[in-house]
Amino acid sequence: MPLLEVKQMTHFFGGLRAVHDYNLQVEPNQIRGLIGPNGAGKTTIFNLITGVYDPTEGDIVLENDTIKGLQPFQIASLGLGRTFQNLRLWRHMTVLEHVKMARYSKITYGLSGAFFDTPKRQKEEHEIEQLAYDLLDLVGIRHLAGQVVTNLPYGAQRRVEMARALATEPKILFLDEPTAGMNPEELVQMMEIIRRVHQEIGLAIFLIEHRMRVVMELCQIIQTLVFGEVIAEGTPEEIQSNPKVIDAYLGKEVEV
Amino acid sequence: MQFFLQNIVNALQLGSFYALIALGYSMVYGVLMLFNFAHGDVFMVGGYIGFFVAAGLLALANTGILPLADNVMLGLVLVLTLFITMILTSLVGMLIERIGYRPLRGAPRASAAITGLMIGIILETGNLAILGPTRLSFPALIESTTYVIAGVFVTNKKMIIVLVSLLLTLALHQFVRRTKWGMAMRAMAFDFVVVPLMGISINNIALLTFGLGSALAAAAGILFGVAYPVLDPYMGILFGWKAFVAAILGGRGSILGASLAGFMLGFIEIFVAAIFPSTMRDLIAFSIILLILTFRPHGFFGEPYSAQLRL
Repeated sequence: MPLLEVKQMTHFFGGLRAVHDYNLQVEPNQIRGLIGPNGAGKTTIFNLITGVYDPTEGDIVLENDTIKGLQPFQIASLGLGRTFQNLRLWRHMTVLEHVKMARYSKITYGLSGAFFDTPKRQKEEHEIEQLAYDLLDLVGIRHLAGQVVTNLPYGAQRRVEMARALATEPKILFLDEPTAGMNPEELVQMMEIIRRVHQEIGLAIFLIEHRMRVVMELCQIIQTLVFGEVIAEGTPEEIQSNPKVIDAYLGKEVEV
Repeated sequence: MQFFLQNIVNALQLGSFYALIALGYSMVYGVLMLFNFAHGDVFMVGGYIGFFVAAGLLALANTGILPLADNVMLGLVLVLTLFITMILTSLVGMLIERIGYRPLRGAPRASAAITGLMIGIILETGNLAILGPTRLSFPALIESTTYVIAGVFVTNKKMIIVLVSLLLTLALHQFVRRTKWGMAMRAMAFDFVVVPLMGISINNIALLTFGLGSALAAAAGILFGVAYPVLDPYMGILFGWKAFVAAILGGRGSILGASLAGFMLGFIEIFVAAIFPSTMRDLIAFSIILLILTFRPHGFFGEPYSAQLRL
């Protein structure tokens, strides 16, 4: 049974059909990729599944329960984590605070705990920090825990996003261009992190990526989206040799 | 010297009101990027709710329900009035957010500003329609005692007002720093798009922000009633605008800044009035603030960046 299933999802922005008859099945512990030219609707699909937009038609099921029509915060608490194409960090908060914030719904101490520093608060804070440090270890930025995020280099900021998304304990993680704007070195490191996250936490991952190298090396199954429609789905090898995909990316071959 | 100290005492009291009201402006602006122009009138509503709560509690106290000494009883009434009024007024603030601002979450900023002004007018004229144009005189909750310290007259009222306002500011600061709700408010101030992904409801945090700000305005309303025992439906307008200016001066979303700027505004006004003719008070005070903002357009602790960048 798939962990996440999207059935015949269609979405209109006014009269514009942004997504047409989109289907998706993500198995537990699978890495899936979504590629396509600019403006194909990739991020729209992310936004539809994560609840930012409500799809015009279709259904989205996460572990047997439909999540279509729920608020983004509800979908997030049901186990759908996400990072964004451009950095979305809280500039003047520390790395540790970012990860802590992700534990929001698990924090149970209230006003009295906060004001009088009760043993309960101390215990919870300790547990959160423990978990935070483990995650920061995983993404390799433990030594930066106390830093304010604006002071960090770009690659490290992306890792903060990753650690924050992981701290919500998602069942499936959506990554929107996780290597956008990275230099070759950072790129390799990020791929390594994604692999590690996949192996150590055993998370299902669904990613949008423009760099073919990343998609082809990481993903087990890839979809190609053009003008809101999936034109090809398959293993990296199948996608690479699919004439429709080559057409969409390179243009048609013409006899001269 | 005596003149100077006396004016400082007066300035601290006036600044307390500005600071408490400015906090609400600043928080809402910081977290939700909108100016709640009805906030000055929430201060007025707080004063009125405080009036009825205090009157009710005093009537109850006069039945001799609790065998307490008069001044202890009065103190208890003051504390309870503050507590109950802050809760009731925070409900008013949340209601304003829910019906006035939430439907406008995606609308242009101007729509929210206009709505705020309208809500303000509704609160003022609604009050006028219900209670009539006569001013209410706030019941005396503190038996006034005047101390003379180094030739300076200090009433216990003034001390209590300044103390309560500082305590509330400190409590708010702790709340924002140490609770998960406060942390969510801070996060929203920087970038709210990812906040729901942490399983946090933006709507709830918006309600909380309005609730807290309104509770502080209510406290200011009661303290105002204690200091100048007169309430009228339009008392929130000028105070609201001045506190708004203080919030801008303090810097977006900065608790310390809003508080500091509120007290500073109190100081400027009192000292200008003490030295120049009092008709020139606002003219000179606001000229000074304009000058400060020319050199620090984002206020004391604000960040220089465009509001539009965030959206």
